[in-house]
Amino acid sequence: MNLDDLRDHLCSVYPDLCPLFSVEFGDGVLTVGPDALFSAANDLKNLGFDRLLMLTAVDRGEHFEYHCRLLSRAMSAAITLKTEIPRDRPSVASLVPLWPAADWQEREVFDLFGIRFAGHPDLRRILLPDEWEGYPLRKDYADPRVIRRPDYI
Amino acid sequence: MALDVESRQVVETAEGEVFDQLVVNVGPSHPSTHGVCRVIVHLDGEIVTRAEPVIGYLHRGIEKMAENRTYLQVVPLTDRLDYVGSMYSNWAYCRTLERLADIPVPERAEYLRVIVCELQRIASHMMAIGANGADTGALTLFVYAFDQRERVVELFEALCGQRLTYNYVRPGGVSYDVPDGWIEDVRAFTTEHRSALAEMDKLFFGNTITRGRLKGVGVLSAADAVAWGASGPVARGSGVNWDLRKHDPYSVYPRFDFDIPTGTEGDCYDRARVRLYECYESCRIIEQALAQMHSGSYRTEGLPRLIAPPPGDAYDHIESARGALGIYLVSDGSPRPYRMKVRSPAFCNLALLPMLSEGHMLSDLVAILGSLDPVFGEVDR
Repeated sequence: MNLDDLRDHLCSVYPDLCPLFSVEFGDGVLTVGPDALFSAANDLKNLGFDRLLMLTAVDRGEHFEYHCRLLSRAMSAAITLKTEIPRDRPSVASLVPLWPAADWQEREVFDLFGIRFAGHPDLRRILLPDEWEGYPLRKDYADPRVIRRPDYI
Repeated sequence: MALDVESRQVVETAEGEVFDQLVVNVGPSHPSTHGVCRVIVHLDGEIVTRAEPVIGYLHRGIEKMAENRTYLQVVPLTDRLDYVGSMYSNWAYCRTLERLADIPVPERAEYLRVIVCELQRIASHMMAIGANGADTGALTLFVYAFDQRERVVELFEALCGQRLTYNYVRPGGVSYDVPDGWIEDVRAFTTEHRSALAEMDKLFFGNTITRGRLKGVGVLSAADAVAWGASGPVARGSGVNWDLRKHDPYSVYPRFDFDIPTGTEGDCYDRARVRLYECYESCRIIEQALAQMHSGSYRTEGLPRLIAPPPGDAYDHIESARGALGIYLVSDGSPRPYRMKVRSPAFCNLALLPMLSEGHMLSDLVAILGSLDPVFGEVDR
């Protein structure tokens, strides 16, 4: 299914999601507010996106950008769910009730970005030791043990 | 790290039955854990009541390291992700970068990428099947499978000088064209490999002990495979016919005629056997690719040393030996990635371990872990 068909299908079933849909670098993107994330994800699941492929975040300075890539085998289409999470209140709804695949991926985002997922059954660090301090993938993470590469370029 | 497990715990079941639970720590350095995986196993007698994987022992922070390197310097880092299938990580990274920076790839390079990646699939699956055999007591199979894997590794050594971390697929093409006689060697290998596969099929999959050890163990339903985001042979063993080479075709894969083997039961036996049959299909793809490949340039000339893609983000994925391997790149317009994320199929498949091993014997846990084929370079990153 190409992106125009996906947009038409999305708009016919969920007209309120329609203005949030955009195309970036050849990918369909649905940008929602952090509070509407769970309901939008639920709508997309009902639309036929049965598979959660990737869940991650990007530190954009003043906020975190949340990315969740969903896939539908029946429609052979992918869509990215994006939202902005405020840095001072890094919390968003967990998608584990919809896709258990989110379980470990949300733990990873919590581990490396410090974003909390409300409703996650077992939110704790996964890659780093439990006693680790700080969240390494944040851009302001500073660790005296890290050796900076000199700026060759 | 302190062991925060108590050796004995008294547990009351939902039916009010009280039993002594033994907590055993397996790993992180154990021959059957395929790397550095630690599993905290709760046992009722010999039955696993809970298995909790503890990962991160090989976490090197590759995603963070990538933010401090130029786009070309990241390619060798991707070798260290899935060290049993480095070609895949190279290719997935290069595909995303080529998409982001709009770099063209010559046709011959696409064919070479397909050929090396299918050879890599054979090497990786031989490792998985052989280790699965060794874990369940069939050490002979391990030797047979590693003999085949060695042939592939020698072909790679002749191609790019490396046996494990190839750094072969580069943005805009590949690093070397094929040496003299290499194509004939690959043709000879595929012919020989088919007969070796038939022999292994009889030796291992027809064996009564193997059937007893693997059949009906660690059953994954198709619905669970989809919900848990399983991909690759783990999903296909459960009958989920989903292969990115067919269902999200990339590169020159639409030009080849091949099948997607799927299982029916979703047990360890089907997962292992799907891997064996995929090797046959890889042979078919390699032979067609060798026949279709024309001479020409193997890389795009004139690429700058410092690639600075326009600001934006892109995701692309390929079908690795473990499943859907995706790389997500964010560019801020500078010559270094702003963020790189690896969608690791091994990580997502390993999340199934607690569910699959519950209710099985401790010795089955080893078979189940082997059938998920985790590579910890990619799980921990």
